[in-house]
Amino acid sequence: MELTELSMLELGKKLGSGEVSSVEAVRACLSRVERFDGKVKAFLRVDAEGALAQAEAADRRRKDGTRAGPLDGVPIALKDLFLTEGLPTTAGSRILESFVAPYDGTAVELLKAAGTPILGKLNMDEFAMGSSTENSAYFPTRNPWNLALSPGGSSGGSAAAVSARMAYGALGTDTGGSIRQPAALTGTVGLKPTYGRVSRFGVVAFASSLDQVGPMTRDVADCAALLQAIAVPDPRDSTSAPVKAPDYLAELEAGVRGMKLGLPREYFELDGMDPEVRAAVEAATKALEALGAELVPVSLPHTRYALATYYLVAPAEASSNLARYDGVRYGLRASEPKNLLSMYGRTRDQGFGLEVKRRIMLGTYALSAGYYDAYYLKAQKVRTLIKKDFEDAFRTVDAVLSPTSPTPAFRIGEKVSDPLAMYLSDVFTLPCNLAGLPGLSLPCGFTRASLPVGLQILGRPWDEARVLRIARAFEREHDFHRRTPPLEAA
Amino acid sequence: MSVSDFQPVIGLEVHAQLLTRSKIFCGCSTEFGAPPNAHTCAVCLGMPGVLPVLNQTVVEFAVRAGRALGCRINPVSVWSRKNYFYPDLPKGYQISQYDQPLCSHGALEIDGDDGAPRTIRILRIHLEEDAGKNVHDSGGGESLVDLNRSGVPLVEIVSEPDLRSSAEAVEYLKALRDVLVYLGVNDGNLEEGSFRCDANVSVMPKGASKFGQRVELKNINSFRFVQKAIDYEIGRQVELIESGGKVAQETRQFDSVRGETRSMRSKEEAHDYRYFPEPDLPPLRIPPGYVERIERELPELPRAKLQRFTGTYGLPAYDAKILVSDRALADFFEKVQSAYGGPAKKLANWFTGELLRLLKEESTGLGALKFSPDQFAALLKLVDAGELSNNAAKDVFAEMFRTGRAPKDIAQEKGLGQVQDSGAVEAAVGAVLAANPGEVEKYRAGKKQVLGFLVGQVMKAMKGKGNPALVNAALKAKLGE
Repeated sequence: MELTELSMLELGKKLGSGEVSSVEAVRACLSRVERFDGKVKAFLRVDAEGALAQAEAADRRRKDGTRAGPLDGVPIALKDLFLTEGLPTTAGSRILESFVAPYDGTAVELLKAAGTPILGKLNMDEFAMGSSTENSAYFPTRNPWNLALSPGGSSGGSAAAVSARMAYGALGTDTGGSIRQPAALTGTVGLKPTYGRVSRFGVVAFASSLDQVGPMTRDVADCAALLQAIAVPDPRDSTSAPVKAPDYLAELEAGVRGMKLGLPREYFELDGMDPEVRAAVEAATKALEALGAELVPVSLPHTRYALATYYLVAPAEASSNLARYDGVRYGLRASEPKNLLSMYGRTRDQGFGLEVKRRIMLGTYALSAGYYDAYYLKAQKVRTLIKKDFEDAFRTVDAVLSPTSPTPAFRIGEKVSDPLAMYLSDVFTLPCNLAGLPGLSLPCGFTRASLPVGLQILGRPWDEARVLRIARAFEREHDFHRRTPPLEAA
Repeated sequence: MSVSDFQPVIGLEVHAQLLTRSKIFCGCSTEFGAPPNAHTCAVCLGMPGVLPVLNQTVVEFAVRAGRALGCRINPVSVWSRKNYFYPDLPKGYQISQYDQPLCSHGALEIDGDDGAPRTIRILRIHLEEDAGKNVHDSGGGESLVDLNRSGVPLVEIVSEPDLRSSAEAVEYLKALRDVLVYLGVNDGNLEEGSFRCDANVSVMPKGASKFGQRVELKNINSFRFVQKAIDYEIGRQVELIESGGKVAQETRQFDSVRGETRSMRSKEEAHDYRYFPEPDLPPLRIPPGYVERIERELPELPRAKLQRFTGTYGLPAYDAKILVSDRALADFFEKVQSAYGGPAKKLANWFTGELLRLLKEESTGLGALKFSPDQFAALLKLVDAGELSNNAAKDVFAEMFRTGRAPKDIAQEKGLGQVQDSGAVEAAVGAVLAANPGEVEKYRAGKKQVLGFLVGQVMKAMKGKGNPALVNAALKAKLGE
């Protein structure tokens, strides 16, 4: 078996026993990047030198008997939204093309402490705004299962890199589905933790009340292990909850017997859901029933307002978060501005792409005097109702199941000129961010065209352990996660 | 009609810097005067990915100010973002408080124009971060940005429109500054910008109940300018109304060189700050018992102290005001007075005269004083006992101020002790009378005011060491012969 076919934890074991070295694992990844990333285009920047140096350090720790933990020496990669000291961090934008962060974010610090060499920075929709990675200012990323298709987004580079075995795991961020949707479309596992579980310090902000960092991996156990490494309360993030994470691997294999799993009527009744997606997800729910779970119909009545609510709250926060890219202190500054106003205007015109500009305008409008009450304030009220829907549902069920995305991967270029169609791609994932819940996507089947389908599992706040356990129960009985995209043939 | 037919209505917004050692949302120093951008980090530079973490001392200082000003401390207050673009504002928004401030509904008592106490209501006090500053005159046609001040903690204290004259406005500002300085939460320094003021001014015909259109005045950075700017604005508005015009809703800037206000922006040009709750910070919650603890630690405030100084010590209001203007000075006064036990007014004269003069001359503060309250008291006792003349005591005081040595030792060493020996006094008197026969004649002819001259001559002959009472008595006795 090829070294890159191993999961993170499998590789970690072999690193621990000395059977393979971290340097070998990094080289294996770099070799796959060299062979396939010209087609997939997952990486914005590969840091071979840095990764090899970290791998050598990991190998030394192993020899010295000071191994940092189960992931020490396992190579991973980061969405280019994570600030990395000394390495460029672009957020997929021209405006940060030349920006080199002066510090490591908390999640990056924690990964470095866990000993994972960082292979490089991964492509994404500019400022995480998009669902196809086509909004990257640099190039679109392609889906390893079919290079004419999108890997989803905004963490499309992370999903593609993991799916194509170019990295053992990756970190993404999820504001409205940006981890789960690309995970679903690439046959990988992606988890958006409870809001406040993982520090946002050192992550370029899109929408502060929705953004959350999470792991993207090949299987559920890796997802648990990678979450374990980064789920640490952080005094530098005032929205990071002072809640100690449990041992996510401890009850991973405990199964679903006796659990009540909710099937939200509103999600399954959606027009425009792909019949093959529906069939695969329904089969997956039946499989969980067969494993001893009880399927319970639930209602989340405010679901139909989630999209509208999200597209008021997220752009409003984004319009403010992105004000700092003004050409004054770092990043792009348009040349020879006539005056201050033209410096602002031209810098931001040249630096931001179409979708980012669209959202800044939407958000600015929603916050404007005279419109605030009708838009932003109303959206916050609806957000409370959406949250309450889930609270009501979780009184009777332990988790909620749904498709992750209404369709499998779509063609590059297919939706990019139709923002509403693109926004609908996140219709199942947005409510989870609005409610601050943990949500996971795992591969639950394939279409006739051999495209992966994702099952979404939503849990109670802080209940990632149960979400992972449900996912693992399904995964153990299936081999969808073991399939490898046909890159050799492409 | 004229200005005197109109009633000005004034409300003030004061921005006061809180004297914390570090900034409100990061660990950078708040020290003034460092090289540009020396006190900055990723957070106060507004780098990507940074998040604010609230400095708890800032809350404590603001609650102290809030309670001292009689405000209700809201158990939950909310951080908001105030969005606007300016190069000195690194994030493109200022973290402030908007519709749910930390403190509301307080009051400050001042002396009104007629001398009677007046209560000025305080609408709210909220917390916010300061911006940096742009530097335009650095040459090369470039503007530079210094972000040392970015993230320095401020309280904004907003009064109700309860002030009725520019003099009252100044009175309010001084009283407010005194309170904040007493609390140790602000240094009251207008020049360095740590205490800044905007004024809302309107006028209405006397007797009217509906306020006129208000105009906001910005950039007033001294007490004198506050009075000037408001008076100018009152005059301008009255003139406008008199000539049939209407006061426009606008923001005007005070030009201290020309002594006038100028339009900065009209209502139409007013910013839309797009306030919304700051998602990076949870609401500020004040735990039970917190306010009570801070209340217990509040010092006596300037106005209460003033009343005590005029009451208990019987000091004239003028002296008491000077002493109370500085909490450390007042404390020191009380210590010396307690050791002295004599008439407080006598001690007050020493404070308002010699002590303050020397502190100023030597550019030093009370904290650096070399002598103790007991030594100060001992000096006054020497004077009261007639062992030192007032003039000699001033010399002794100056020496004590410089060296911290005991007044008795200084007097002895300098030979400044008063001559109590009646023989020596009589000898000097005899000599002076012999040298001034004309004056003696005048005195004896009934021109009694000549005595003063003769006393002066005797003191001069004794190099100032004569006991004035002895000299007087000896002169009168001789002249009466």
